[in-house]
Amino acid sequence: MKLSRKFLSDYIDIDGITTEQIAEDMTAVGNEYDSCEKLIPATNLTIGEVIECADHPDSDHLHVCKVDIGSEVLDIVCGAPNCRKGIKVVVALVGAKLPGGEIKAGVIRGCASNGMLCSKAELGLDSKFLKEEDYKGIIELGEDAKLGEDPIKYLGLDDEVIDFELTSNRGDLLSILGMAYEIGAIYGKKVNEVDGYHNESGNIDFDVKVETENCPLFLAKQVKNVTIKESPEFIKNRLIASGIRPINNVVDISNYVMLELGQPLHFYDNDLLGNKIVVRMAKEGEEVKTLDDEVRTLSSEDIVIADESKAIGLAGIMGGASTEINENTKNVLIEAAIFDSVKIRKTAKKVLRSEASNRFEKGIAPIRTYLAIHRCCNLLEKYADATIVGGMIEYDKTFKGVKEIEVSLEKINKVLGINISSEEVIDIFERLNFHVNEDNNVFKVMIPPYRLDISIKEDLIEEVGRMYGMDKIESTKLVLPLKEGKYNKDRRQIKNKMVSLGLDETLSYTLIPESEVHKFTLDNFTHINLADPMSEDRKTLRYSLLYSLKEIYEYNKARNEKDVCIFEMGKGFYKADNEYKEENKLACLMTGKYYLDINSTNVDFYIIKGVLEDLLDYMGYKGRYSIVEGNVPSEFHPGQSAVIMLQGSVVGYIGRLHPSVTKDAVYVFEINLDKVLNNKASRITFKEIPKYLKMVKDVAFVVDNNVSSREIEDVIKKAGGKLLNNIILFDLYTGNNLGENKKSIAYSLEFLDQTKTLTEEEVMEVVNKIIEAVTTKLDAKLRD
Amino acid sequence: MDEKVVLSLCEEIKTKFEGVDTLNKLNDLKQEYMGKKGIITEYQNGIKDAEDKKTYGMNLNKVRNTFDELYSAKLEELETLELNKKLESEKIDITLPSKKVRVGSKHPMTRIQEEFEDLFVSMGYDVYDGPEIETDENCFQKLNLPLGHPARDAQDTFYLENEYENYLLRSQTSTGQVRVMEANEDKGPIRVVCPGKVYRRDDDATHSHQFMQIEGLVIDENVSMADLKGTLEMFSKKILGEKTNVRFRPSYFPFTEPSVEVDVTCFKCGGKGCPLCKQTGWIEVLGAGMVHPNVLRMGGYDPEKYQGFAFGTGMDRFAMFKFGITDIRTIYGNDERFLSQFERKDD
Repeated sequence: MKLSRKFLSDYIDIDGITTEQIAEDMTAVGNEYDSCEKLIPATNLTIGEVIECADHPDSDHLHVCKVDIGSEVLDIVCGAPNCRKGIKVVVALVGAKLPGGEIKAGVIRGCASNGMLCSKAELGLDSKFLKEEDYKGIIELGEDAKLGEDPIKYLGLDDEVIDFELTSNRGDLLSILGMAYEIGAIYGKKVNEVDGYHNESGNIDFDVKVETENCPLFLAKQVKNVTIKESPEFIKNRLIASGIRPINNVVDISNYVMLELGQPLHFYDNDLLGNKIVVRMAKEGEEVKTLDDEVRTLSSEDIVIADESKAIGLAGIMGGASTEINENTKNVLIEAAIFDSVKIRKTAKKVLRSEASNRFEKGIAPIRTYLAIHRCCNLLEKYADATIVGGMIEYDKTFKGVKEIEVSLEKINKVLGINISSEEVIDIFERLNFHVNEDNNVFKVMIPPYRLDISIKEDLIEEVGRMYGMDKIESTKLVLPLKEGKYNKDRRQIKNKMVSLGLDETLSYTLIPESEVHKFTLDNFTHINLADPMSEDRKTLRYSLLYSLKEIYEYNKARNEKDVCIFEMGKGFYKADNEYKEENKLACLMTGKYYLDINSTNVDFYIIKGVLEDLLDYMGYKGRYSIVEGNVPSEFHPGQSAVIMLQGSVVGYIGRLHPSVTKDAVYVFEINLDKVLNNKASRITFKEIPKYLKMVKDVAFVVDNNVSSREIEDVIKKAGGKLLNNIILFDLYTGNNLGENKKSIAYSLEFLDQTKTLTEEEVMEVVNKIIEAVTTKLDAKLRD
Repeated sequence: MDEKVVLSLCEEIKTKFEGVDTLNKLNDLKQEYMGKKGIITEYQNGIKDAEDKKTYGMNLNKVRNTFDELYSAKLEELETLELNKKLESEKIDITLPSKKVRVGSKHPMTRIQEEFEDLFVSMGYDVYDGPEIETDENCFQKLNLPLGHPARDAQDTFYLENEYENYLLRSQTSTGQVRVMEANEDKGPIRVVCPGKVYRRDDDATHSHQFMQIEGLVIDENVSMADLKGTLEMFSKKILGEKTNVRFRPSYFPFTEPSVEVDVTCFKCGGKGCPLCKQTGWIEVLGAGMVHPNVLRMGGYDPEKYQGFAFGTGMDRFAMFKFGITDIRTIYGNDERFLSQFERKDD
């Protein structure tokens, strides 16, 4: 909302208060501003008269002028075609700052030029306020312009504008009058009355039928014999300062009153309209051609103004082309109405957000609707020579009572945490134009009808707070009973562990392309799309985090960052049994170097498996999970991947990415954290530290390549019995000397008895049993 | 064995030791004198033929002691020499790169979130993490934003397919307020913060369609705006530094009444004025206020008995301020060169 200082001055006396001060003080009561500037920021301008104008000897369009600015006569070269002797002009003196730059003394093709004669465009008005001639020619001031005086003031453009960013509850501030009340409350000033006086003759001959509850108030008046012409300067200038382009006096008056009182109005050419309108909801698919010549297709959610047969305008948004005010308009029908804010908001979002729709959306007080229609008559009579027809169409279903709210001094102080007195509270209410009765520190407050935002006592407390000054509230230290703050420790500890294992945590987007959502999983699920995604790439809620990690890998690879060891914890989403589900997942991706060493090899399956095992052990599942061959998603390498089982159920997959996903050796795992954490972690219980030495024996077997380490270990474990404490694989070798498809696999076997020192004989007896078992059960040979 | 022999033998031994420069030669010398047929051994064997056995023995001992002393000294000398040689040969290039286990890092947003959580947990707040898919009811209606409310415009929400005005991706963590109030069966006091991911249709240098917020809620019988200010002052000082001040400006949020925007001293210029704070010395970081009675009522609380405050802020902004990140998209880009900068403790 752009607030013109001049416009505001019509309603309150702000002499002696700078515009900047008003902007700051309004911010302090909750009305922030974006900018506070002069309408024409150009400096060093003065009124001059061209007393001589000759053609430039070296140019076919330049003029060499002598310009009298009262105190002296300046030589100025000017290129405007309308430059001629005797006109009064806007002179930018040397040193003047214009939007186009600073004016300097100079020589133009051999002729001295000490200033510039300005066009309207050069003063810095927005292009939407300019006509072609405002660019081409210099401004010609009237005969009465006094040499040496300020031309901006002469033009009436010596205004200052604050651009407010208002909160959506303060629809009342979308008007000069509302601003006047608010600013009046800050400075304790009285607000002037709105002049709606006009003469009337004859009787209205018009019929309005309201067929929808979405139009609680509809007023109409007829006006005859208007003269369409340019508006007076003050109207044009105020519209410009408020950001609206002047068109002609009648159209301008409708905009002027909207700015002044916050009530959007619509003027119809009464002769094009006929003598009846209907306010109703549009029919599904009904069309209407709006003022901007666009044909809009409507739905039953849109409110329309219609004649007997068809829609002629989009209520509250934009009028129709067929009944538009034009240069031949003689008779006018004024519409001042209130439409349902929710409906307007929906239609406006679809069609166009306008100054009018913005005001309807925020809500309008009926009192303003009445005021506005009379104000229009007042101005049309004065500035469009209109004859106002007597009588008014009045359809009114609005609330007429006065809102009265009670609040106690105690409650005010309790909520704000301050110690304000009853007198101060009364003063604040009175400055806000609220009528207040106080009895025993309880205030009965009558709310002025234009303050639609105030309906409960908390609203009144806010009014007191903001006028008192929210920042004047002195902070206190809240004292509450001692209590443990609870938080999700698991999540933190898991992250800490992953970080300690050398992985960088990532944070990627939940939204992914729909085509990717079923990858990296074997689960059957219904995925979830957005209704209105920003792009196809961000359309679907991810189920697996691995797509995101793969994308991160590719992003980094493209930047020559090839050692990527990352993890992410986040949610996977799906729909089941008509419910939306979210599951916490942990995903990890590793490629390139893991150990940072000149000789180290790249990440392989066993490194990422180690990371996973370390994590699961840390989480308290040691010995309860297994990483086994099985069905893996097709994005995994079939020969280098495994299923992660915990307590008999699948909790995730681990392995190398399939060459069809990436040619690089990239390893990943993902676990369903919720499923994993459903299993209680085993407790940390201290076991006695062994008193006796362990004994270690190494054995090596030659076996078929397809015998897995797990199979051998299982046989060893079974044969080893109680004394076998630990098995460590320490060597794996394949070579031609072993025979085709054979491998040598060597283990350190640790033996321990908690009760005594083991003898060589006892241990060898077990070792021999183990050798016997492995050689017979797995067709292995003992290697010497 | 007389004195003369002793002297000449000792001289001879001394001379021989001088010529020894390796442990092998030393060993040879030992054999020559002390071995089975060694010179000293021979003399030892000769003792049985000696006339004056006592003198002979004493003299022999002198020779043997001389040998032993010289031997020990030489042995030590040669061993030291040998060790030094070995050490010399073991010299490495200490400037070669180190061998390291990779160092991981927590994402900066996690760091910020944990910092916030730790602070509030230390003051007895619980941390609540709600679902990211929410109902329109929890995200808006129960926060006093009915359908069609103009304040909804501030948040361009992602609705799920075929779920317009029904199911959505939460656009604010204020949903936590609703859920915590409803879940609290005894309808007693509440102290909670709700951090998490939120989503809005917005993407530029300062807005990401996905970002992180934290919401705080305190409900009790006597909780005031002054307490809110005190709490946010403490929070701002801990997170942004002890010199940080807090400023309240009245504002409007549908779920609080009264509402304030909260500014903190500009962390870049310390309040002197700079381009970041547009020369004001202040930066707007939080929205806050007293919980609206409608919100309390919809959460099952009696607004005549209870009052409370709520505050909410974007954690991404704090991360950007704290680490000097200028484009929010960097946070979600996951560039290794970005992530690896956080492989260290706080300053």
